[in-house]
Amino acid sequence: MKVQLVLENGERFIGDSFGFELKNNFEFAEVVFNTAMTGYQEIITDPSYCDQFITLTYPLIGNYGINKDDFESLTPYLKGVIVHEICETPSNYRSEVSLSDYLKKHKVPGISGVDTRRLTQIIRQSGVLKAILAPVDYPEHNFPIIFKSKLPENQIQRTSVNRPIHFPGKGKRIVLLDFGHKKNILKSLLDKGCDVIVLPWNSSFEVIRQYSPDGVLLSNGPGDPMSVAPVVESTILEIQKNYPMFCICMGHQLFALANGAKTEKMKFGHRGGNHPVKDFKLDRVFITSQNHGYHVVTKSVENTDIEITQVNLNDESVEGLRHKKFKSFSVQYHPEAAPGPEDTHYLFDEFLNSIEESRHAKKN
Amino acid sequence: MPKRIDIKKVLVIGSGPIVIGQAAEFDYSGTQAVKSLIEEGIEVVLINSNPATIMTDKETAHKVYIEPLTEEFILKIISLEKPDALLPTLGGQTALNLAVSLKTKGHLDRLGVELLGCKVDTIQKAEDRKLFKELMHKLEEPIPASEIVNTVDEAINFSKIVDFPLIVRPAYTLGGTGGGVVNNHQELVEVITQGLNASPIHQCLLEKSIAGFKEIEYEVVRDSKDNCIIICNMENIDPVGIHTGDSIVVAPSQTLSDKDHQMLRSSALRIIRALRIEGGCNVQYALDPYSSQYYVIEVNPRVSRSSALASKATGYPIAKVAAKIAIGLGLDEIINPVTKKTYACFEPALDYVVTKLPRFPFDKFTTANRRLGTQMKATGEVMGIGRNFEESFLKAVRSMELKMDHPQLKDKKQDLHKKIRKQDDERVWAIFEAIRQGVNLQEIQEITAIDFFFLHKFKRIVELENKLKSSPLDINTLQEAKTRGFADSFIATLWNKTEIEIRDLRKKQGILPRFKMVDTCAAEFESSTPYFYSTYDSFDEATPSSKEKVIVLGSGPIRIGQGIEFDYATVHAIRAIKDAGLEAIIINNNPETVSTDFDISDRLYFEPLTVENVLDIVEKEKPKGVIVQFGGQTAINLASLLHERGVTILGTSVENIDRAEDRKLFESLLREINIAQPLGFSVETTDEALNRANEIGYPVMVRPSYVLGGQAMQIVYNESELQDYLKQNFENGQKLLVDRYLIGQEIEVDAICDGKEVFIPGIMEHIEKAGVHSGDSIAVYPPQNLNKETIDKLVSMTNTIALALNIKGLINFQFVLSKGELFVLEVNPRASRTVPFLSKVTNVAMAQIATKIHLGLDLKAQNIKAGLLPFKDIVAIKAPVFSFAKLSDVEIALGPEMKSTGEVMGKDKIFEKALHKAFMATGIKIPHSGHLLVTLRDQDKSEALPLLQRFEALGFHIMATPGTAKYLREQNLRASSVEKIGRAEHDLLTELQSGRISLVINTISKGKNVESDGFKMRRSAVERGIPCLTSLDTCEALLKIIERNSFATESLT
Repeated sequence: MKVQLVLENGERFIGDSFGFELKNNFEFAEVVFNTAMTGYQEIITDPSYCDQFITLTYPLIGNYGINKDDFESLTPYLKGVIVHEICETPSNYRSEVSLSDYLKKHKVPGISGVDTRRLTQIIRQSGVLKAILAPVDYPEHNFPIIFKSKLPENQIQRTSVNRPIHFPGKGKRIVLLDFGHKKNILKSLLDKGCDVIVLPWNSSFEVIRQYSPDGVLLSNGPGDPMSVAPVVESTILEIQKNYPMFCICMGHQLFALANGAKTEKMKFGHRGGNHPVKDFKLDRVFITSQNHGYHVVTKSVENTDIEITQVNLNDESVEGLRHKKFKSFSVQYHPEAAPGPEDTHYLFDEFLNSIEESRHAKKN
Repeated sequence: MPKRIDIKKVLVIGSGPIVIGQAAEFDYSGTQAVKSLIEEGIEVVLINSNPATIMTDKETAHKVYIEPLTEEFILKIISLEKPDALLPTLGGQTALNLAVSLKTKGHLDRLGVELLGCKVDTIQKAEDRKLFKELMHKLEEPIPASEIVNTVDEAINFSKIVDFPLIVRPAYTLGGTGGGVVNNHQELVEVITQGLNASPIHQCLLEKSIAGFKEIEYEVVRDSKDNCIIICNMENIDPVGIHTGDSIVVAPSQTLSDKDHQMLRSSALRIIRALRIEGGCNVQYALDPYSSQYYVIEVNPRVSRSSALASKATGYPIAKVAAKIAIGLGLDEIINPVTKKTYACFEPALDYVVTKLPRFPFDKFTTANRRLGTQMKATGEVMGIGRNFEESFLKAVRSMELKMDHPQLKDKKQDLHKKIRKQDDERVWAIFEAIRQGVNLQEIQEITAIDFFFLHKFKRIVELENKLKSSPLDINTLQEAKTRGFADSFIATLWNKTEIEIRDLRKKQGILPRFKMVDTCAAEFESSTPYFYSTYDSFDEATPSSKEKVIVLGSGPIRIGQGIEFDYATVHAIRAIKDAGLEAIIINNNPETVSTDFDISDRLYFEPLTVENVLDIVEKEKPKGVIVQFGGQTAINLASLLHERGVTILGTSVENIDRAEDRKLFESLLREINIAQPLGFSVETTDEALNRANEIGYPVMVRPSYVLGGQAMQIVYNESELQDYLKQNFENGQKLLVDRYLIGQEIEVDAICDGKEVFIPGIMEHIEKAGVHSGDSIAVYPPQNLNKETIDKLVSMTNTIALALNIKGLINFQFVLSKGELFVLEVNPRASRTVPFLSKVTNVAMAQIATKIHLGLDLKAQNIKAGLLPFKDIVAIKAPVFSFAKLSDVEIALGPEMKSTGEVMGKDKIFEKALHKAFMATGIKIPHSGHLLVTLRDQDKSEALPLLQRFEALGFHIMATPGTAKYLREQNLRASSVEKIGRAEHDLLTELQSGRISLVINTISKGKNVESDGFKMRRSAVERGIPCLTSLDTCEALLKIIERNSFATESLT
């Protein structure tokens, strides 16, 4: 079946439907792109893409199928997948189903045969755009109305757990405050023996304290940090005062907001597995996995209690922050990788070390 | 870390002559590195023995030494130049080995020269089997279990610890002769016994077999701050078992999940960190297709062929960055030369697929063993870029110039299963044929272990072939076929149309290629790299500029007969066009070369050199014209087809190219201008050939018309030999040239003509007589044996012919001086193999002068005086280098068919010294004493006698086969006889194995028979590194060197 991707600036891409077939129906979402060459399974199941169309710039997608291990959440939260070519004959010993069949099962539509490089250039030039994915014969006169409609909100509310979940371990107890976390964050902690309690995003500090954590991790998540900041700011201030805290992506933005810095929407964000991040203290560059459309405004960090520890080597945007007084730090990118390079996995150890240090400090 | 201020002067070692396994990629990386160092204000001194490179242009570095790559010469240059440091990681294994040796012997420390790029212990850890094993164990990186065994029992013990299958690799045998994969105890005992016998040191390496695993490579870069990045990973379509240089390779990997990829990426970073390499490094992995088990196969602690490929595949200039890292800069301080906005510290993201195909020399070496294995056999490679796998693969197929525009097996009737199992260079074509004949993919996968992903793609190509066949002229199918990379010409064949009809049809339907940029970042950042490829997608981003432009056609893959020399000329043409203020556009498909470096031209189109692809670009760019003179026969062969389509060919007109290349036209031209040519005819039938040969008188030289490097050229001595030749090489209707075979002094002249005047930069004479291909002869500048009268005659003949052909640009002549008379053997209306050599020796930028003529500046306007340039007061020798040791079953005897892969130059004040240097540079061990093994054909015996007398006078002991020995003894030489192979306990082969033979002289009546004694003897000599001379002329040249170096020892009475 032929489908079309219509951008709000009027550009149109015609392609073939794969995954879920949009019969007489459409999807409306913001379209973003990711430049990673592997890891489509992780990308598609990353809750941070909630309500978005993802364009994969690597032209051959689906080559190694979908396996049972590499999910970042149980279901995909995105609205559609845009590719140049979809592989219907995947080949990999772990492959269970094709990407197309997987998307079909989860009612996510896809469009293939798109000049994804061109689409990427358009997004790069004009910033992220709203788009409609619909069958080619979908009545065109409906488009202006659809474009005027509001995009859905409350992504965090939909991707976060709604009740506490315990993942037992013998090591340090970590509360993972869930804004729509990727499974590999949890797995990274469990692999290090941690005893993890995943809590809903809006859990109060009192609730968190009841679990007597050794440290708290603020997860990644979709959408605009400002939409939830009012609810969580005071909780974060309490956490950082009382526990070592490590914040990833959305967590990083909320950490900044709680401490008085500002965030803003980026033109087209950072999404891919090749972003260089420079750490000032180590004088080292790490290649990181990224997926964010908002960032912390550099200037706004001045005159706050937090300081910039890392920046993006390409555009000098803020990539890491640290509290000047408390054992709290954050990164904009994904140290848990999946997909992407494992260069910054050491941050989980740093987090656990900071817990160790604060224990010592308390003892002394 | 900022740039080191204590390093001001750096010596860079090049890789020497082109041989199999070490080719043009090091000209590319070396040139790039030197440029990069100069950008940083470093004074660069360069040594390389290869004159055919851009690297050894005097403009490349502050000081360029074209000298033999030996410790002696490097030390001499160090003492003259006093560099602060030595950079050896960009000149292949040659440079690395030299550096290790100089360092371990203490020379570098003594002279205060620091080794940059990597430490000696790093090199040893990467290359010494035992140290490598230790390091991998320490890092907990898995390597295949292995052990060196000397007895069958040791082998059996190993098999008790490590599971079958195992690989037996006999030590020091070429291409693993005598070894193989064993699956059980019985096979092990059998093969190990045979392997131990085959090994000259009675030793085998026994290794766990990982044949059939996926072979994946990672290109890694690290700086002194320990920042590490992966430039790209590559997946070999051919699984472990075939050398990666001989494998079909795609980038990036296609069948690895992110988990697999990150697992190997992290491993590669651990390894480069442990080795503390500062610069580029290549790590090769074997990955089990059925689990996440992987093994590290190999680490190259330097820039390699794969890094050149990775640079071209991603746009990331590895050598350039590695050079800057070597002098202290961090990856985060080096600006990304592609985006010019971001830093070099990032990992490229590709949004296209790259396929590399190896180019093999088996069209030349018809007797060679074509089976592929761990010894690399390819001489060159091509790369195809597309937005889908099929497109990139098919573009690469067309770039190979194998006379096919689509995967085809020449002999379709053979047993395909057997053919596929054989694992030779044609296996991939056999797979296509098998799919066409309905063999299921499962079966092919079981035999080849090629991943289903690729087999499915192959099948998809075959299905599309069928769809095309069943729907002639269907536009949707045409669109689909073009999207999948099918050639117009192939579609034309299926649809019974001409290529041009298909072209016109698709243009009418708006099915046009679009051009996309290679930008390292998948369009995430704005980029201005002028590096493009075609694809049938929707949007074109290669907007032509408004400047006047000229397109230069490159020379495609490196093969025997068309090597790096043509890339050299191409690069010079580009420079001249840029100098003249025009936009220079290059089309080429060879990832190893300087010409495909995106900052050489104003615009690079990485495309097959076919009429279709060139026309697509011409129609887009609308250039002033296309230059075909520098791209070897590849470009010349396109000239008339392009001309027919209305494309302006700059330089010599297509009509005149034809007059020079077409035998009949050329003959009538020579008659018109009254110039002698050896009696000869162009024939089209077998009968005609036999009649004409009788008329001329044997021996005659036979060859097909329009050939490269003397392909299928042979001297035949009688009618039965001619009949054999015709049976193998000729079909009625083709054009065959039959010429009188003239024995004499061969002379080569390169000239530049503007249509009015002729400028001759130099004349070279060949040491070997006519009959040895000019590319395999030792050439001497200036001529040593020609009198003034002959030279005047050469100049006048050159003038007459060049003007008669109205040559605009370069022209190359081969003359022969036979019994005092000069004959024209051949005229090439294009840049020749000798252009770089002669340009360097005479200091005349020949290709640039020629290009300026193409652009309308005649010789006068360029201030160049017509006539012969006075000879320089030096002697320069160009000597060929062969790769025989890498190719089993190849005849090494020289003849009219070219066999060399590369060349070196030796330059000095007098002839013998220059010659000595040239011999040294080729790597030949010049013997000064010892045993000489001689076998001669009858007609050579009298000519050889005085030479052998001179050898005897030098103290050599002569050994010869019974016939030759008898003759020599009759002539009062003390020659002992050696029995022919198998006739006695001590025969030719055992003598060669004994180690006391230091030189073999063997002239042959007719070779090609792999089973003959002579063939076996020559191969055995080559495989043992014993110089083996098949021409008495080369022999005399060598003798002169030995004599010069020896003191005369004669008694008074």
